[in-house]
Amino acid sequence: MIDSLDASTVQYLQAAALLLVGLYGIIARSHLLRKLMAMNILQVAVIVFFIALSTKFGATVPVVPAAATAGPIDPAAYVNPLPHALMLTAIVVSVSTTGVALALLIRIRRRFGTLNEPALLDRLRE
Amino acid sequence: MNSGFGSPALDAASRLMTPFMLMFGAYVVVHGHDSPGGGFQGGVIIAACLILVRLVRGRAAGWVMPPETAVVLLCTGAGIFAGVGLLGPIFGGHFLDYSALPLTLAPAEVRAAGSLAVEIGVALAVTGVLELIFDVLVEARDDA
Amino acid sequence: MARLAILPLLALGAVLVAAAGGLPRVGDPESPAATHVSPRYIARGYEETGATNLVTGVLADYRAYDTLGETTVICAAGLACWLILGGRSRGVGP
Repeated sequence: MIDSLDASTVQYLQAAALLLVGLYGIIARSHLLRKLMAMNILQVAVIVFFIALSTKFGATVPVVPAAATAGPIDPAAYVNPLPHALMLTAIVVSVSTTGVALALLIRIRRRFGTLNEPALLDRLRE
Repeated sequence: MNSGFGSPALDAASRLMTPFMLMFGAYVVVHGHDSPGGGFQGGVIIAACLILVRLVRGRAAGWVMPPETAVVLLCTGAGIFAGVGLLGPIFGGHFLDYSALPLTLAPAEVRAAGSLAVEIGVALAVTGVLELIFDVLVEARDDA
Repeated sequence: MARLAILPLLALGAVLVAAAGGLPRVGDPESPAATHVSPRYIARGYEETGATNLVTGVLADYRAYDTLGETTVICAAGLACWLILGGRSRGVGP
């Protein structure tokens, strides 16, 4: 459990809160477009969490200045580049999946005339 | 969206910004090795430029990229990536092992050249996919 | 019905809060994420990949498989978008 409320705990709790908000939207909202927005919030929660994992105290951005390339490079001086690279791909994937989802929503709306989930289920049962 | 927003002020502003945005996008792509940037970011900037022109001037702009062209761009980008990866096995290395490329450079520079080619492929793919998604979503009519 | 959704979320929230205490502190240079793979990427990244931007080195060289898969995903997503809404419908389907 949490002993004290310091900056790092706050950062984890922020990611957890975003995750819960996203999940709540996906489960409880009945409009499909709102579910999609909630899915994006959930993705942001994951991205925030990973970026929080990449930080190091006393370290700078993972771009080695030209002056420092001659000698050995100290790993403690630069933040972890791996989560940055992974989240870069995750952001682009989230944009393209959002595009696919919007296309599907447009198609559903064309076919059934509504995006409200209960109404959609009624239309499907007919 | 055939008409665009098209006010004179927006038109002038977008005309002013477009060349710089394109150049900045290309800079971000090719300078991804030495400064923050890379294929994804540069591709997004170039796509944002195309979408800006499209939003302001609508279909009247001579810049409209038909979805077919965007698909070609997208597949070209992915193909460049996979092709550069396949050059590795052809020259006796592993898949996506750029150090096997037959270039007369220092070993690190050979790998940098390989990843630059890959970044350009990624930039083309990202530009294509954003442009394609925007175009397809904008053109969709709710004719239910 | 939607009210009931709050119950599993509260349970999950309790689990997440409990787990937050067990994670390494943000910014800890000794955390597992900072001590396993990434020191090698940072220390040898420039001399091996020739990229001073270590993120690019990881993205395009060390983890190129990952990026290739991701490019394939966005390629598939773009094609799926195009096929779902496929421009001028040719009278197939509703």
